[in-house]
Amino acid sequence: MLSLGSGGGKSTKPSFVSYVTPEDMKIKEKEEGLRSKHPYLLPGEVVFCSANHVLKYTQEDASQRGVYGTLLCTNFKIAFISGESASQETAPPFRNKLLSENDIPLTCVDHIYGVSDEKKKLIIGGQVKSKYPSKLIIQCKDLRVFHFSLTYAKEEEAKKIFQGIVHHSLEPKSLKCVFAFSYCETASTSQASRKSSLTLMFETKEDWSMELGRTKGNCKVSSANEDYAISEKLPQFFVVPFAVSDDDILRFLGKGIPFWCWSHHSGCALFKMACLPTIQEDGISQKYMHRMLDAVTQDQLCPVKIEDLSSCLPALQDLQLSYNKFKQLFLIDSTTEFWVSDMKWFSSLENSGWLEIIRQCLMKAVEIVDYLESAHTSVLIVEEHCSDLCCVLSSLVQIMLDPYYRTRSGFQSLIQKEWVAGGHSFLDRCNHLYQKEKEAPAPVFLLFLECVWQLLQQHAPAFQFSETYLTVLSDSINIPLFSTFLFNSQHHRDTAMKSGHPEAQRSPLNFPSVWDWSLQFDCKAQSLFTNPLYVEKPIQDKALRKTSHQKHQRQLSLPNTLSKPSPRKGFFKEETDNLKKIFLGKRISKWLNPTESSKELYESWQRKPLDYQGLLLPYLDGPAVQVWMQRYLRWVPEAQIFGGGSITTVNRVLELASEIQDLQKEVERRSCRMNSSIAWKQVYSGPPLSARLSSFPFTATHAWSFKPAIPSSIRQGLGSVSSLADKEDDDSQGSGVL
Amino acid sequence: MASASTPAYNSNNLENNSSKNASRESLRMEPLVDVPQLPGEERITDKDIIYICPFNGAVKGKVSITNYRLFFKSFEVDPAMTLDVPLGVISRIEKMGGASSRGENSYGLDITCKDMRNLRFALKQEGHSRRDIFELLFRYAFPLSHSLVSPFGLPNNKWRITFVNEQYELCDTYPTVLMVPFKATDEDLRKVSAFRSRNRIPVVSWIHPVNQAVIMRCSQPLVGMSGKRNKDDERYLDTIREANGQTAKLTIYDARPNVNAVANKATGGGYEGEDAYQNAELVFLDIHNIHVMRESLKKLKDIVYPQVEETHWLSSLESTHWLEHIKLVLAGAIQVADKLSSGNSVVVHCSDGWDRTAQLTSLSMLMLDSYYRTMTGFQVLVQKEWISFGHKFSSRIGHGDKNHADADRSPIFVQFIDCVWQMTKQFPTAFEFNELFLMTILDNLYSCRFGTFLYNCESVRDSMEVKEKTVSLWSMINSENGKYINPFYTKESSRVLYPVASMRHLELWVSYYIRWNPRIRQQQQNPVEQRYMEMLALRDQYLKKLEELQISDSPHIANNSNSPASPTQLVHHVQTPL
Repeated sequence: MLSLGSGGGKSTKPSFVSYVTPEDMKIKEKEEGLRSKHPYLLPGEVVFCSANHVLKYTQEDASQRGVYGTLLCTNFKIAFISGESASQETAPPFRNKLLSENDIPLTCVDHIYGVSDEKKKLIIGGQVKSKYPSKLIIQCKDLRVFHFSLTYAKEEEAKKIFQGIVHHSLEPKSLKCVFAFSYCETASTSQASRKSSLTLMFETKEDWSMELGRTKGNCKVSSANEDYAISEKLPQFFVVPFAVSDDDILRFLGKGIPFWCWSHHSGCALFKMACLPTIQEDGISQKYMHRMLDAVTQDQLCPVKIEDLSSCLPALQDLQLSYNKFKQLFLIDSTTEFWVSDMKWFSSLENSGWLEIIRQCLMKAVEIVDYLESAHTSVLIVEEHCSDLCCVLSSLVQIMLDPYYRTRSGFQSLIQKEWVAGGHSFLDRCNHLYQKEKEAPAPVFLLFLECVWQLLQQHAPAFQFSETYLTVLSDSINIPLFSTFLFNSQHHRDTAMKSGHPEAQRSPLNFPSVWDWSLQFDCKAQSLFTNPLYVEKPIQDKALRKTSHQKHQRQLSLPNTLSKPSPRKGFFKEETDNLKKIFLGKRISKWLNPTESSKELYESWQRKPLDYQGLLLPYLDGPAVQVWMQRYLRWVPEAQIFGGGSITTVNRVLELASEIQDLQKEVERRSCRMNSSIAWKQVYSGPPLSARLSSFPFTATHAWSFKPAIPSSIRQGLGSVSSLADKEDDDSQGSGVL
Repeated sequence: MASASTPAYNSNNLENNSSKNASRESLRMEPLVDVPQLPGEERITDKDIIYICPFNGAVKGKVSITNYRLFFKSFEVDPAMTLDVPLGVISRIEKMGGASSRGENSYGLDITCKDMRNLRFALKQEGHSRRDIFELLFRYAFPLSHSLVSPFGLPNNKWRITFVNEQYELCDTYPTVLMVPFKATDEDLRKVSAFRSRNRIPVVSWIHPVNQAVIMRCSQPLVGMSGKRNKDDERYLDTIREANGQTAKLTIYDARPNVNAVANKATGGGYEGEDAYQNAELVFLDIHNIHVMRESLKKLKDIVYPQVEETHWLSSLESTHWLEHIKLVLAGAIQVADKLSSGNSVVVHCSDGWDRTAQLTSLSMLMLDSYYRTMTGFQVLVQKEWISFGHKFSSRIGHGDKNHADADRSPIFVQFIDCVWQMTKQFPTAFEFNELFLMTILDNLYSCRFGTFLYNCESVRDSMEVKEKTVSLWSMINSENGKYINPFYTKESSRVLYPVASMRHLELWVSYYIRWNPRIRQQQQNPVEQRYMEMLALRDQYLKKLEELQISDSPHIANNSNSPASPTQLVHHVQTPL
């Protein structure tokens, strides 16, 4: 009676050992029913539908077990409530205040599969019939996978919950239906107005002036777009070269304008620009472009290099395709699948192309850094709307060059500056509204976080924030509450806020920002965002470093188009290399091999001792670009190292840091002097080292059945070793080797 | 040997930026004053030569050859580039180009090393300069013609120590002292030895301190095509099963793939059949033989030296299968350790029980017993499971042997150390020793500077008087063990470590296999470790300050010094980089 079969397998034996047998169910029904009626709801959250006696199970080969509970769908999330998960002592140490362990925000749902008659089928929104599958597999954008069985639920309830979940998570909806609106209408407005004081939001003229002043930029803040007079895509305030007039900006509605991003201490600067509309008469646009370039070069004072991203980096669709392939490698249904996919792990990783895209972005960023740092040449990044890969590149360049952006507030300010004010279409790229035709979803922001993670992984002491911070930030994209990730531009947000309640004369809605971390995590959990390895050091006077090397000025434009990897398959590397040599000769071909291109920069950087407050370059050799294990492997039970992982060393550092802090206090107390305190503040103390999993703080140990993982199906793959495999170890022994 | 000034983790730096102060002139006048020299090391010859560096191109310099090493120093580049290669590292020497070869630097020598690199030298074509150096190198690099009390635990009423092999009369590749079931007489052992390949009978490697389950090691039974049986062997294994009183079925781990075990019947070997050994279950661990491993490492070298394959790095890495073999070895050891933990005794063997068997027993012991994760414990482990039990170091490495293509060579021990490294990566606080320790062991596996890894087994070592005539690697390591301490080490007794033998967690040991690449080498300082050391130094500063304050401030004497860890213990090992 309990036999449900194992997801897609052919086994006929009963495969669930549940805590509750159907006989017990009747008795327990009452109390469970009571408990399930009180899910934890946020302000403005409403339950749409629910079903009792839903079995949540984990797919483990040996001991499949399930937990009965209630599955709910609200206007915010899909939630599963059972008596078991609520208990306090087993609650995960690192808890999100908005969501509990079994909650899935509607916008976090990636794919839903229905299993009926042992067949797994992808559910597509809008095509749901009255029939419902016996099992649901929900894959989340944060890479969790949930299995629910509807077999024991009442038919009516099961049908409703299935249709509800599909409707609310997989079908197009209007922006107004996003939970943030009902939340903000209900939640007390006072708390939402709190602002993280250290993070610059780049919504005011002052923020821009401050940034301009900090980097000693030689540009001006423009208010030409105040009240979005010119363009709805642009922020109200931005920075442009002195020579750019308001008329220039008006001319093509902000296209073709070099927007200032950041200034190097040498005086050169980083700019970005959207392409001009193509229908212009050549003469006009050429003249216009000339003027803009002159403005950037400050009348030829400072040379400029133009980087057209469309010709050297993958297109957004490729990004999406590649990430989809990559992500699939971590959405694992069963132990068997885990070990089968282990066989071809490296080639699957490579085939997804995701790591290669990360490498390309970092490489391009290094090239730009090279222009600014070695050649003291300004760089103008050009992209169609200058709000996608342009944001990735400009942010990366600034992180590599400016230690301010490696602090937490600096990093948050950078995201505000380049992404939020920069008009990255978060809503469309994240596809929160599920409007397929209109939007071009692509994980652009995630790609940026991936690149930052690579830098963090390679140069941990240079960053004030931790890996956990980046992982949590990447999760927050999928929580439909933060203004940061909900809109396509500042104008989009402002209008949405105002129109919140048209008839009622209330103040505009105030959406929380993701930087208000206290909404999600308490202080103790937030202490895990701080990197205990961070080396804080007063920033040196940059004028001192300025004289170090003055190299020859490089040519202004180099044939970058050729470095684009050939999209065609079957066009071998050697062939292209040869072609390049034939066509271009030696001098230019140096620029074609991307690793060679910045060789001098790397060499001079490596000659000096590594200064974590100085220039930071990523290592890009094959073995150096790695998988962001914490983000991608944290939910996979087979990949957990019990009591191990790099978290154990981090923990030792934290312990030592707290010891030093105690000592320091003691010294201060005894010497009765008031010294300035050092950077380590709160120290997280959790369960003992040996009882933790490598995915700490994400997976709680209580859900972990401890047994060593023994690879299954390990015998394939090596078949190709041929005759050697059959040979005897020591030939001397037997003559007749089989 | 290691450059003390840099924390780079390699003991034979390929291009060592040493001796910056020696100017070019003084070098020409008095060349080679700074060739390092060990006691007993004698210089054989010096020669002007061009080293063709795969990273920096041709470099002119001087090579000097001693009876221990090849030392090259450039006099062209500043800072001077040096190469320091113990002759034992050389696997193969080839001439390249002939007298009529044209083109720059096309005439010279190509030296293949055992440690993942190739060295190319170019010489002038005049005279017999190449022939001389070739012959000298050949002679000194391949000079072929040329202990320990087993640290078992105390015997109890189930197990006993036997001296039946005191003169190596039972088995010439086993140590003299063996631990066997108490119930088995020496006569039984002799009978069993007749049925085990090379007389390597099942003996105890390790006893679980709580549940008394044992790891036994041996070689394959001599079943042969006809499916021979041996009552003594069967009874002997049953005695082992009964010894701890809770093993219902003795698990026999045959390290080989099933097909290979079957194939071995043709040469007189085989495996324990179900009919004959009814109280045992046989598990094949699918680990491939020495030839497969050798080819795999060769492929690995091709993708990392001199250039690291870039665009298709991951699939190239996969195609070498090196990590897959590592995974299989680790997975096998995990199974052994898991069985032991649940109270079941096991027997481990492969064909002869000196390659895969040694890997499996020593790795599972490392997982089970925290003692082996200490500096001394690991030395004992290697000494016992590898050296005493006759891993054929001489044949596998080819010490002093010119037959570079000898089929007996195989990087089995390298693979074992790699597995250990993988474990240290997964459990960075569980091992007392660091990466440099493992690399030093591997470097001296080839160097022939110490007697530790010479010869194939104890009996030969005894007859060659290795103990009297050579120094042990361990004494060198222990004399400067501060270098080899892992600062993160936290002592945790009785914790079993189960690494995850999945490709998701296995990594290529870049700092060992790709250390000759100058670009990769730059990346090798571990920032976390460096930072931790800095913090330790800071902690010590505070402790010192506190101490000073306490002395000057005698009224309130230290009743609340709040450093929980015993600081003195750590202070000893820590070099303060501040």
